[in-house]
Amino acid sequence: MTELQAEQALEVPHEAKTRRNRDAVIALAVFVVLALLPAVFSSKLLLDFVIRCAAYGLFATSLNLLVGYTGLISFGHGMFFGLGAYGFGLMMQKTGVPVPVAFVATLAITLVVALVIGAICVRLKEIYFAFVTLAFQMLIHSTILSWVSLTGGDQGLRGGIPRPPFLGIDLSNQLHLYVASCALLVIGLFLMHRIAQSPFGYTLRMIRDNATRASFIGIDVWRAKLTIFVLAALFASTGGIIMALFVSGAYPEFAYWTISGEGIFINMLGGVTTFLGPMVGTVLLLILNDTVTRLTDYHGLVLGIVILFFAIGLRKGLMDFVVEWYAQRRNGARERG
Amino acid sequence: MLEIRSLSKSFGGVKATDNVTLDFADGSLTAVIGPNGAGKSTFFNLITGALKPDAGQILLNGLDLAGRTPPEIVRHGIGRAFQVASIFPSLTVQETMLAAVCADQRKAGLLHRRFPLAETRDRAEHAMELLGLASKRNRTAATLSHGDQKLLDIALALVLDPKVLLLDEPTAGMGTEERWRMIEKVRELWETQKITVVFIEHDMDIVFKIAPEIVVLCYGRILATGKPDAIRRNEAVIEAYLGTEHHAGITV
Repeated sequence: MTELQAEQALEVPHEAKTRRNRDAVIALAVFVVLALLPAVFSSKLLLDFVIRCAAYGLFATSLNLLVGYTGLISFGHGMFFGLGAYGFGLMMQKTGVPVPVAFVATLAITLVVALVIGAICVRLKEIYFAFVTLAFQMLIHSTILSWVSLTGGDQGLRGGIPRPPFLGIDLSNQLHLYVASCALLVIGLFLMHRIAQSPFGYTLRMIRDNATRASFIGIDVWRAKLTIFVLAALFASTGGIIMALFVSGAYPEFAYWTISGEGIFINMLGGVTTFLGPMVGTVLLLILNDTVTRLTDYHGLVLGIVILFFAIGLRKGLMDFVVEWYAQRRNGARERG
Repeated sequence: MLEIRSLSKSFGGVKATDNVTLDFADGSLTAVIGPNGAGKSTFFNLITGALKPDAGQILLNGLDLAGRTPPEIVRHGIGRAFQVASIFPSLTVQETMLAAVCADQRKAGLLHRRFPLAETRDRAEHAMELLGLASKRNRTAATLSHGDQKLLDIALALVLDPKVLLLDEPTAGMGTEERWRMIEKVRELWETQKITVVFIEHDMDIVFKIAPEIVVLCYGRILATGKPDAIRRNEAVIEAYLGTEHHAGITV
């Protein structure tokens, strides 16, 4: 059973409102649980882990809006992660504006860049789309490397990112940063879930399944693809901003193609047919990364074997597998009953 | 009224549609026939915007739609079903219908509301009932039988309330019984919905039984138009289908 089938029930308006409210309550509950985590576990490593999960989770889930929901396999989505990190870092270093202003300005820059790149890329199909997005990512990466006076070149933004307190929030304090990251993660996931469950979300599914047919029922496929390309870029950029705040800097690796590769890997690991698949994939990848790199120098080999297990063994992501297994069990029980 | 004026389209040196001029009266049912490669599907592709004509006009109630994009043409009232059922495999029948109505109501881009929209229900329900798909509403399109997929394809065109419905071989790939069921359904839709229906068909029994008007295409040109009896006796049509040596005594 897919998420689509699970969401089949027709709703009358008040039921739709109830579901929306339910989603908001769940999001709030998740945020409260995450925010209270430091009170139970005092481990700084755990807080760091959750902050990284927030950064990569937003990035990977936004990639799934393209890959899983629209069928746009982007090999260059990481450019927006890097753009977020560098945009925010430079804004804070060079202009000294308050954090919220730098945050909004970075998203505005991302929006403009994504609009231009998206307008070119979304006209292309499949492998051409994948590789032209990759080309743009390499272009941005090369620009970061070569524009040393602005970006610090291969050394990245050095000297730390100033994080002046605002509204009583001090992001240089790990706990404050942790709570802020959790808030951004929950808000980001909530908004992306709203997109996935909106009429536009179903338009994306139609385009993924059969773009030609979608145009013959009156859908402007190019515009819809461009819209989701830009929206996904904004969420990826938010992930990059969290990362820049976390490491107090920005490095060329944030905009390198391997970030996009990791995004694809996370989606393969967690699964693309459920909304939370990429989030689960993020947690799995970060745990794998942290443990395997501690145990062996051959972490690339181990991760490769894990990819093969999911790609060839399960032939789906973990959440896809779990949801399908649960549906089969439930159907079996229903038939027996 | 759908009026085609001097419509032409060439691929390299091949004239797939050659100066075609035709009228389809409001509420008419017309079969388009012709040998393989006659340009029937190209003709549909030109009308629906899948291909841009080299020359000519496509007038729907006086408005020229030639060269416009498929979404624009659909919004002006020309719906289409395909030779190979063109559906959304992962969506259920019901989701497909609801999403199509959303698109027709210009709400396909809404982000702030939750799918499905209450105001799309009635039309989606009506289309499923019309095509006999209501009992399969929760089946994903990929799991439907070939015949039901073809019906879903037609339902997708019909749910948009078109003025003109183009059906490209609605019976393609079906067994004899299923073919007749499908074509009866097409006739029923034409009678009940009062829309202009143009369909491409290879089965001559079906064509001569149900189509009040027939257009014969050959090498991209109109070979003949008229009532079934006139077409059946038309020597040029017989020749195109069977060759000159079979002229005498043989009818299509």
